[in-house]
Amino acid sequence: MKKGHIIGLVIIGIAILIIVSMLGDASTYESFATAKEMKSNGNDKAIHVVGQLKKSADGNVEGIQVNEDKTSFYFMMVDNEGTVQQVYYNEPVPTDFSRAEQVVVIGSYKNEDLFVADKILMKCPSKYQETEVSTAGM
Amino acid sequence: MINTFVGNLGHFAVIVSFVSSLVTAFAYYQYIKATELEKANWRRFSRSFFYIHAVASVTVAFALFEIIYNHRFEYFYAYSHSSKALPVHYMISSFWEGQEGAFILWIFWNVMLGLVLIHTNKFWEGPVMIVFSLVQAFLVSMILGVVIGDLKIGSSPFILLRDMMDAPIFEMNPDFVPEDGTGLNPLLQNIWMVIHPPTLFLGYASTLVPFAFLMGGLATKKYTEWVRPALPWAQFSAMILGMGIIMGAYWAYVTLNFGGYWNWDPVENAVYVPWLIMVAAIHTMITFKKSSTALKSSIVLVIASFVLVLYATFLVRSGVLGDSSVHSFTDLGLSGQLLIYMLFFLFVAIFLAAKNWKHIPTSEKEASVYSREFWIFIGATTLALMAFQVILPTSIPVWNALVESFGGISNLAPPADQIGFYTKFQLWFAVAVALLTAVGQFFWWNKMDSKALREALVTPYVISVVLSAIIIITGKVFDITYIIVVLAGTFTIVANATILIRLLKKSNFKLAGGSLAHIGLGMVLIGVMFSSGYSEVISYNMSGLTYSNSWEDEMNKEHVLLWINKPTQIKDYTAIYRGRQKKVVGVPGYVNVNLIESTGNVNEAIALEDIVKNGKTYFKKGDTLKIVLEENDYFQIDYYQNDELKFTLNPMSQFNSSMGLISSPDSKRYLTKDLYTFVSAINDFEDPEWKEDETFEVSPGEQFFIADFVTQFEGAEVLKEIDGMQLNDGDIAVRANLSVMDYDVEKKLQPVFIIRGNQVGKIPAIDNELGVKVELENILPEQNKFSFKVNRYQKDYVVLKAILKPQINILWIGTIIMLIGFTVAIYRRYDEFSKMRDKGLEGS
Repeated sequence: MKKGHIIGLVIIGIAILIIVSMLGDASTYESFATAKEMKSNGNDKAIHVVGQLKKSADGNVEGIQVNEDKTSFYFMMVDNEGTVQQVYYNEPVPTDFSRAEQVVVIGSYKNEDLFVADKILMKCPSKYQETEVSTAGM
Repeated sequence: MINTFVGNLGHFAVIVSFVSSLVTAFAYYQYIKATELEKANWRRFSRSFFYIHAVASVTVAFALFEIIYNHRFEYFYAYSHSSKALPVHYMISSFWEGQEGAFILWIFWNVMLGLVLIHTNKFWEGPVMIVFSLVQAFLVSMILGVVIGDLKIGSSPFILLRDMMDAPIFEMNPDFVPEDGTGLNPLLQNIWMVIHPPTLFLGYASTLVPFAFLMGGLATKKYTEWVRPALPWAQFSAMILGMGIIMGAYWAYVTLNFGGYWNWDPVENAVYVPWLIMVAAIHTMITFKKSSTALKSSIVLVIASFVLVLYATFLVRSGVLGDSSVHSFTDLGLSGQLLIYMLFFLFVAIFLAAKNWKHIPTSEKEASVYSREFWIFIGATTLALMAFQVILPTSIPVWNALVESFGGISNLAPPADQIGFYTKFQLWFAVAVALLTAVGQFFWWNKMDSKALREALVTPYVISVVLSAIIIITGKVFDITYIIVVLAGTFTIVANATILIRLLKKSNFKLAGGSLAHIGLGMVLIGVMFSSGYSEVISYNMSGLTYSNSWEDEMNKEHVLLWINKPTQIKDYTAIYRGRQKKVVGVPGYVNVNLIESTGNVNEAIALEDIVKNGKTYFKKGDTLKIVLEENDYFQIDYYQNDELKFTLNPMSQFNSSMGLISSPDSKRYLTKDLYTFVSAINDFEDPEWKEDETFEVSPGEQFFIADFVTQFEGAEVLKEIDGMQLNDGDIAVRANLSVMDYDVEKKLQPVFIIRGNQVGKIPAIDNELGVKVELENILPEQNKFSFKVNRYQKDYVVLKAILKPQINILWIGTIIMLIGFTVAIYRRYDEFSKMRDKGLEGS
């Protein structure tokens, strides 16, 4: 076997290792129901859940509880299948959190009742859609 | 009145620019094919059209800037990207905040590079400029803004607001011009954001140059000759891209609050990957110049770097990243066009390369393990694998979109712990690259066999082991992974320094580019290892609060709550939050908000008291002053050690209506570490929800408690006049003087009580910092008592995160040395090229 072939094989080997490791470490988008199932099967891997904040009938966000030292909080989230779930986040409330149109939580179930988010991504109303031309200049 | 002239001029220039780029491409094609006699004519013709294209493109840029600079808010671009409050240098950032502006910037750089190439090349002018003009045609089409039926080509930056928005106001008054724009994203209001995008886009643009030489070489069957002119440009491109990356990292470090300089965000990866490939291409091209091997890998790498830049643009600007990136742009409907642009050049490149593949010379003999070709090839391969490892997971959203477009379902998401995931591979690859540069440099300058190699490496090896030992012990690096990083880093530095010294002795500074760049790499590696691996959060919450859930206590609270004026322990420091401040034009440092009051005009305020700094009075009470960006609040945090004020940090935050809390860090910089702090939550002081009334009946001189504050009722006085109110005869106004103690700060609260006829008026005293509102409710003369109504909100506070980042300066110095290395290398290779050109041997 020529040296070139060995090197080629090593490169292919590393490339396969990279792909396998990516597939292994890649997270998935789940609903709260499937996430809970994963937890009960002993799978603690962090997953993504997409949803909205729970809103009351009059459209206000409800269920945000900030801990006393303001460095962590709980909130209620509804995933795209309609499941309501309490989520804990060990960071201060991002300002404008209650205005988020869409929330993605990355984390896993702590126990049956509580989902712990390691990271939250928010989609706020886009600059383009939201702006209404102010009539102040008339 | 609406000014349509500038917009029409701009739009016209866009069309001229588009058409002239196509004509230029065609004309240069004729120039190549023309006979010697006609060549001069075709060249003049082609050049004139490229000059027209250049003038038109610059006009486009000028027109857009004119719109922003003169606050022409009748244009959508100015309305949505700038505002009157912006200083001029941030208007420049507004220019490229939108995608259209970014494309214009890119077009502008390509024009500049094209002009340089026309005047520095003879033989290559034709083929290279064809590629350039075609690229320009694609880029200009992005801002063409032409609609044919349902087909929309490009998004014009010169669209009027009324054509963009369906607001009812335009039906009533088509000439309506909004008073102000919606402003620039505050994250971009940073000096690094003024220079970072142009650098990055120059980097993007410059990847075209080696690609154009390669395409020209393949088309004209000059399979090997393209390397010489392309090499300095490839180095230039890698240097500028590298500079762009570093500026971006530095901007992130000083402006963003994610706690570092690199986050493996798709937008960052999108530049990092083409850079790695370009660096790999440089190495194979250098090898080829020296020993006629690695030409095919150079060709593949040059094509890859150019296409990856287009792919990166597609990723970031097509909206495909969606929610997986914080800075992905909204889709302007250009994704299809971007895809066509990328695929066109990909296919042309693959076609040309494939067609000529068997004619491309290769060296038959296998490279020996003791040859530099072998080691450089391994190095380039490692760089390519690094790029592969990053681009693969970054493309997960593309994969999902692809599967979904074929009707499948893919729920793959990017790795949850991005930093951990990428570091796992990139760290070891970087170690490998560092070791290869050390060994490779010795092979480069000497003929080696196993014995010579051992002899050459033994001294640098011993020195670097000793140095590493010192670093490991003084830096307390006891993690085996990091120990290896330190070893690899110092070995690179020492080995390359050995080469550098040897070269300098021969006074060949021109040749020192490689070793300098590699020394920089070693320093970057060590700097990253310390500043990221050993970054330490020191703002652990030590409030001693326990939570209802015991598990919550085990979680690290990495933020600390600072109530105003209350000393709080942060590791070795005692920190005290002293209130909000603004930046005022002409005053050094910051001015506390209690000293000024907004006039209602943009960025304008009145001094409520004399503004004195360091004994000098800058403004007198009642003066009008200018605020630098009034939305920005700077939170004064004093750091004490042993009751002595050590320093003050002023992290910034801006409450932005469209983006929420924007927070920028402030760092205390030492030679060997940075103390990096940012504000992660602030009080909602705009609109307090006052709690229920509390009533106190107090006699003058008596003490009582408002919340926890010791409050002294010093007495009351009858007023003759009140600020901002006319007192009539028979009116009685009484002011109560309360002094409230909050730790070491004494605050005066002075509620007023007015009797006019049989009516009673009350002017409450409000202190936002204490979160207290006091009204003088009633006066009870028979009991000599005053009745106060008190409402409480909460004291002002900030939630702060503080991180120690050791040795970050090694990282910054390393990057600078690396850039110097690139510059030296560019000089050397350009010198080689121009000497050959002047001998008339350009095409050989």
